[in-house]
Amino acid sequence: MINIVWAIIFVLVAPIVGGLIAGIDRKITAHMQGRVGPSILQPFWDVGKLFEKEHAVVNETQIFYAICYVIFMAFTGALFFAGGDLLLVIFALTLAQVFLVLGAFAANSPYSYVGAERELLQIMAYEPMVILAAVGMFVATKSFNVSDIAASTTPVVLLIPGIFLGFLYVLTIKLRKSPFDISTSHHAHQEIVKGVTTEFSGPSLGLIEITHWYETVLLLGFVWLFFGFNPLIAVIAVIVVYLLEILIDNTNARVRWQMAVKSSWLIALVVSMINLAALYFLNGGVS
Amino acid sequence: MQFVQLLLFLILFPLIAAVFMLCIRKEIERILIVKLSALLIGVATVFLLFLTFDKGAQLVSAIPAEPVGLVMFVLEILIAVFILYLGLKHRKYVVVGLIVVQSAMMIYFEVVYAHSAGATSNLFIDELSNILALIIGIIGSLICVYSLGYMKFFHESHPEVKDRRNMFFCILFVFLSAMFGLVFSNNLLWVYFFWEVTTLCSFLLIGYTKTGEATNNAFNALWMNLLGGIAFAGAILYLAMSGSNIIGLDQLLASGKVIALIPAALIGFAGLTKAAQLPFSSWLVGAMVAPTPVSALLHSSTMVKAGVYIIVRLAPIFQSTFTGYMLALVGGLTFLLASGIAVSQSNAKRVLAYSTIANLGLIVACAGIGTYEAIWAAILLIVFHAISKSLLFLSVGTVEHRIKSREIDDMNGLIVRMPKIASMMVIGIAGMFLLPFGMLISKWAAIRAFIDAPYGFLFVIILAFGSALTLFFWAKWMGKIIAVTSDSKNIEGEVDRSEWAALTSLAGLSIVTTLVFPLLSTKLLEPYLLANYGKVAQLSQDNIIIMILMLFLLVLMPLSILLPHHRKHRHVAPYMGGRTTTHDMRFSGSLGIQKKTVLSNYYLQDWFGETKLRTTGIWLCSLLIVIMLAAGALPGVFK
Repeated sequence: MINIVWAIIFVLVAPIVGGLIAGIDRKITAHMQGRVGPSILQPFWDVGKLFEKEHAVVNETQIFYAICYVIFMAFTGALFFAGGDLLLVIFALTLAQVFLVLGAFAANSPYSYVGAERELLQIMAYEPMVILAAVGMFVATKSFNVSDIAASTTPVVLLIPGIFLGFLYVLTIKLRKSPFDISTSHHAHQEIVKGVTTEFSGPSLGLIEITHWYETVLLLGFVWLFFGFNPLIAVIAVIVVYLLEILIDNTNARVRWQMAVKSSWLIALVVSMINLAALYFLNGGVS
Repeated sequence: MQFVQLLLFLILFPLIAAVFMLCIRKEIERILIVKLSALLIGVATVFLLFLTFDKGAQLVSAIPAEPVGLVMFVLEILIAVFILYLGLKHRKYVVVGLIVVQSAMMIYFEVVYAHSAGATSNLFIDELSNILALIIGIIGSLICVYSLGYMKFFHESHPEVKDRRNMFFCILFVFLSAMFGLVFSNNLLWVYFFWEVTTLCSFLLIGYTKTGEATNNAFNALWMNLLGGIAFAGAILYLAMSGSNIIGLDQLLASGKVIALIPAALIGFAGLTKAAQLPFSSWLVGAMVAPTPVSALLHSSTMVKAGVYIIVRLAPIFQSTFTGYMLALVGGLTFLLASGIAVSQSNAKRVLAYSTIANLGLIVACAGIGTYEAIWAAILLIVFHAISKSLLFLSVGTVEHRIKSREIDDMNGLIVRMPKIASMMVIGIAGMFLLPFGMLISKWAAIRAFIDAPYGFLFVIILAFGSALTLFFWAKWMGKIIAVTSDSKNIEGEVDRSEWAALTSLAGLSIVTTLVFPLLSTKLLEPYLLANYGKVAQLSQDNIIIMILMLFLLVLMPLSILLPHHRKHRHVAPYMGGRTTTHDMRFSGSLGIQKKTVLSNYYLQDWFGETKLRTTGIWLCSLLIVIMLAAGALPGVFK
């Protein structure tokens, strides 16, 4: 069931795709703000430049955590695209995310410290919904394996529309988009000091950027699963979802973390309760 | 029948060790005897596993019920008189009332029904007992060894506490003996007897320091556990009065839900008190006043595990009954609320206490649901929780002696100050919430079990939110430990050898069990599930391989630090908003006063305040327990 080829393709290709998505994102964002914007290859130049910079660190352990972050993120994505167990993917994703948090803690600096705590708040905010999304997919397709879910002819999104909407809501957090970019933001107007990545610079920061590209591709793959029954619709859905995220990003100011956590929890609770209960009783008491 | 002697050995040998503990005079003798006994007990449990391996459940009818039963009864009365005396002396009239009621019930049983009670095999062994025995025998003995170093240090730094180490170690071993008795007994009267012994032992251990707070908390633990004891006695009395002649666990399990549900609900209630589920959580938190090895022993491998053991044992009766769901809901709510409370706690031992309560809640939730998958998850949780939690308790104890604090914020930069112990702690914490370690595998198993169970979606939602909270409080603690502070010096010094031996063994165990987990599952858990449920649960081969791969990655990654560095990195000071800062993170504040940068975790008191959540939990869970018992008593009303 695990397909090694797809895993290797992901590890090699995902940074390129992810970087391009980031470039397109910046271009569209610039247009929305009435600017011309950089070339869509700009993210690659940026990261390339980071790797040429001197490696200044507060202490060496930061580099270790940054490397762990990228390795485990690539691992997680590879597992996903190889068709592995969705719950395992989610737990591995958490592990990767924890390495970023630990890297920020390790610097023992006030700004990255606050960033780390806020990153943890974000994880706490989206985690229930992501787990419940996986559970929803299991209920819809009777399998936790990504390969089975993707190959399933069941219109997953029609069975778990509530869970899909809930997932979209926390996707904003996961993609670090406003209004939920509370641990670190890509927008200069929201963030004076760079939150969780404050103390990372040069090659370490470059690694973290690449990790974000991996993560973006992984998350869009997750969106795909809701529409896996028809690849054409799936592609369109993924594009629409990402455009929607860009729109939200550019039309909202950052909210307080309390709002982010409370609203995502409330939404996760309501949609999953209604959606799972409905499916449960429609199936006649067996899930 | 070799294993019968081994069962008796495991129950009786710790008692002999306990007697020795009372008699010895010299420190060196104590060290020798404790280490030797710990080794013997540990080896005996492993040997027992080999002897009974692959043989399924085996009943032992060779041990006569009388006069053993009589001896137990006399001891029970003696314990009751002792508790009565202490209750009167300290004016704890609730305790007095409870012990009088309980003794009256047991005396009534002894006088009226004892001779008519059906014959049964008194001892037995199966895979579940074997697993529990390994936990008690290995982790319990390691904690005893650890106590040697800890208690020596404890009395050196607390001269005001009277040195009663002889009694302390004696009780530790009695405790182990009672725990072995509890998991090997088939006769409910025997289970009840050992149950009461653990209650008494925990009471004595919690009150060890004899300060006002310790005594109060000890009595708090006592009355809650006595309440459970009354429920247990009620179950025995009910079985006798119903004329069903059932006195063995095996008979109870075989008797069908109509007869067994009421006694199972009562024993389940007793399990809830012992496993410190809401509304009875306060005894476990209060028990933190005791020396740290006591907390480790009570909360990881023995006392609370007795509570969940008996519930898991009776799970086939609870399966798809209304009573079972209520029991599971009590566990689920406890898991959610206790995880929340743990977020708001800044004291390391209290975080551990609430996390223990939460994990026990999850075990109870699994057992209440009672499907084969849920039981698989429950047993995994029992095993992995025991290992990681004892490791964490013991390392917190060792740290506490050096930094004189239990506050998590004071553990900032522990990796620099005490690299060895900090690494142990990091392994312990990672074991509690990260892939690929045991606790996460168990939670994963629990999710899958819940989905397949009736009304499972409710529990899945509870679990999803609960794990998010779990992640938050563990990760922020881990972050504190691994923060690299530039001004700190290594103050670790020599770690006491017995403490160090226990810590490394437990850390090794938590990694090794993760590795051999597939073996544990196929060789011990699956036969048990097959025998009791006719079905087995397991992880797919692929997932196991992936997790082993991850474990290797995780173990190998830190080693990369040892590799020679090619490039020197330039070191810069942390960003301080442009202020002039000294290398030890001091900056000039207003009026030119030098201030030290202090970093503190988020505790989110407004949301997860202890009082608020606990009060909610006490009301909700009390209500659920009342419904649970009512549903057991009125099976016609709730189906």
